[in-house]
Amino acid sequence: MHRTGELYGHFETLEQQKESAALGMWIFLVTEVLFFGGLFLTYTINRHAFSTAFGIGSNTLDITLGAGNTVVLIMSSLTMAMAVWSAQVGKKRLVSIFLIATLALGTVFLGVKAVEYKQKFDHHLVPGRSFDMKYHPAHPMPGDDLKELALEKEEVDKAFAQDPDINAHGQLYFSLYFGMTGLHALHMIIGAGLLLWLIKGSFAGRFTPQYNTPVEIVGLYWHFVDIVWIFLFPLLYLIDRHR
Amino acid sequence: MSDTLTAPLPGHKMPHEDYLNATYGIRSWLLTTDHKRIALLYLGSVTFFFFIGGLFATMIRIHLLTPSGALVTPETYNKLFTMHGVAMVFFFLIPSIPAVLGNFLIPLMIGAKDLAFPKINLLSWYIYVVGGCFVLYSFGTGGLDTGWTFYTPLSSVYSNSAVTPAVIGIFINGFSSILTGLNFIVTIHTMRAPGMTWFRLPLFVWAHYATSLVMVLGTPVIAITLLLAGLERMFHLGFFNPALGGDPILFQHLFWFYSHPAVYIMILPAMGVISEIIPTFARKPIFGYSFIAGSSIAIAVIGFLVWAHHMFVTGESTYAALTFSLLSYLVAIPSAVKVFNWTSTLYKGSISWDTPMLYAFGFIGLFLIGGLTGLFLACLGLDIHIHDTYFVVAHFHYIMVGGAVMGYVGGIHFWWPKITGRLYPEALSRAAAVTLFVGFNLTFFPQFILGYLGMPRRYHTYPPEFQVLNVLSTAGASILALGYLLPMLYLTWSMRYGKVAGQNPWPATGLEWKTDSPPPTENFHVTPEVTWEAYDFQNRPDLGLLAGASPLAPAHGDD
Repeated sequence: MHRTGELYGHFETLEQQKESAALGMWIFLVTEVLFFGGLFLTYTINRHAFSTAFGIGSNTLDITLGAGNTVVLIMSSLTMAMAVWSAQVGKKRLVSIFLIATLALGTVFLGVKAVEYKQKFDHHLVPGRSFDMKYHPAHPMPGDDLKELALEKEEVDKAFAQDPDINAHGQLYFSLYFGMTGLHALHMIIGAGLLLWLIKGSFAGRFTPQYNTPVEIVGLYWHFVDIVWIFLFPLLYLIDRHR
Repeated sequence: MSDTLTAPLPGHKMPHEDYLNATYGIRSWLLTTDHKRIALLYLGSVTFFFFIGGLFATMIRIHLLTPSGALVTPETYNKLFTMHGVAMVFFFLIPSIPAVLGNFLIPLMIGAKDLAFPKINLLSWYIYVVGGCFVLYSFGTGGLDTGWTFYTPLSSVYSNSAVTPAVIGIFINGFSSILTGLNFIVTIHTMRAPGMTWFRLPLFVWAHYATSLVMVLGTPVIAITLLLAGLERMFHLGFFNPALGGDPILFQHLFWFYSHPAVYIMILPAMGVISEIIPTFARKPIFGYSFIAGSSIAIAVIGFLVWAHHMFVTGESTYAALTFSLLSYLVAIPSAVKVFNWTSTLYKGSISWDTPMLYAFGFIGLFLIGGLTGLFLACLGLDIHIHDTYFVVAHFHYIMVGGAVMGYVGGIHFWWPKITGRLYPEALSRAAAVTLFVGFNLTFFPQFILGYLGMPRRYHTYPPEFQVLNVLSTAGASILALGYLLPMLYLTWSMRYGKVAGQNPWPATGLEWKTDSPPPTENFHVTPEVTWEAYDFQNRPDLGLLAGASPLAPAHGDD
């Protein structure tokens, strides 16, 4: 079907087209809820079964980086909403600025995530042959600030005594950690790609008060990815924290 | 499509330009965004996978001719029934009616020019093809021996077959399903023609709306489940492996949470087809329209609540089992409502025995048996005895083949004139329908008896006293195969040599019948405005059915 202006030929009006696009994105987001939901269910069941190991695993995550990332992502949702508003009131330069800001914040998030993943790798916390939860924080690496460790050595040893299979269960925790944050990061990368496409369109002056549907529906997607992180952060980072 | 080889009936000529001859060349097909062409692309690919699944079924039935197994090794036998199931369920039954008939008809039935997202529609076909390639690669490099249900830890740890490419393929294919469902839901909400209110929609559309709800909500769950199982296999993780602290029952819950609603994805569209055929060939409005529409939604909703009836023998608690058993009985009620309403439609109708009607009658009878035996299985005490026997196999084949496939073939026949502009030879098509019905019953009824007598499913051997029934079943399978082959031959023949059908050969009341056969690319030359109720044979003078009009010729073509 050919396009006249922004209206595709199979639609009768721009209004119908916009309504369809928005409904389509909402339904897609519902499928994403079900998709992540399976992971969240697996996490919940395993957390209930292996709370000791999950507690230790959670305490090895860097809460500063995690909380910081949460703030970064929430701010990116703000800039995204501002981009949508700017399009609706016709401030075309602001649309580009806010879209670029959203992309920048998203990139910061992904960069921090990469740093965290490297930390896990260094601390033998990637599931596989070298996995060992006793390696950290009980036996810190040179350069680790001992005061920053979330748990004392005694707590770790006590957990190991409580759960003889703690390394197997800890691997479950970290499988879920990498699986859930990895899937989330994949969605953010896709979101970054969508933002690049939008930025290109905004430079061409494509988004006006009459037509700004792409910005709106990418905004919906971005907010959804943000909400998934809002759930991930407490579930993964905040188990049994008492400092 | 030239009409020079067949003398056209007076008044019936092929339209000058339609969606088939509007553009030429392979790129115009592979890069099309026309929902009608995409439907035909799907027709080709699902038929291909039907042959693949059928090939494995043939090998199974030949192998089971003798008690000790005539054809293959035990390990290969495991691969045969697994690959038969994977090919048929994921690549034939789930896409068939929605992707072929749904894609073709929904925009026509609601008076739209196309689906809401034509490019996503094409993408979903390509996704299907890519997923299919992964699965074919799996079949060709060692096959799959885990059962189509992929239970862990066999699938995720111990199996030596090509599990990983298969789960990747099915994962990818799931997105085809999701995008199709998404497209249908948005289209039905936002693209109905003026006057086409929700309660004037054809029941085919209601059925596909309900199906799309299931596709959109259920498929992501199996996607993540197979992803986790695949990751477990690739990276030795422990979600479902008891040796690493995982839980195989978790896999089963997650798997069946989709796979039970999946069976409603397979049957609801077929019920929608029947709801179109029966009023047409009884020349009467359907009985209880809003109840049939509502029952489609009810089946979709309740269908999400019954999954653990596949797990009665896994050690789930008595209370859970009771709940799922009760809900499984509940889900039968809306199905029964449909059967009663179809039957009531026939009362005082003017019934004609055209081929689509034969398939519809076949559907009602066979779905009745399949559905009732489902209730036998949902009964806890009885299930202990018949779970994992041929009783289950017979039950689901009655629904899937006796129900869904009959609905699919009947629908292909019913809308063939619209899709191709041609009629098929009626005598031959009726014979094929009867052949299919006879072959089907001969194949699968003995399996009820075998199952009740205790023959387990997925076994490559059986006690010698079961041989007669197995031989009957195999004999039936050969007749069933003939019943499938015949339509493939005469339908293909009819595309060139069949009688030209005209706009509305039956006649039927849907909007799709008010445009040319085959339709133009944009479906309607003028956007229609709907001022009549669905199936309203009384107030439709354009159908030529009123008293005083010329006596109706039989709807079919040349005999």
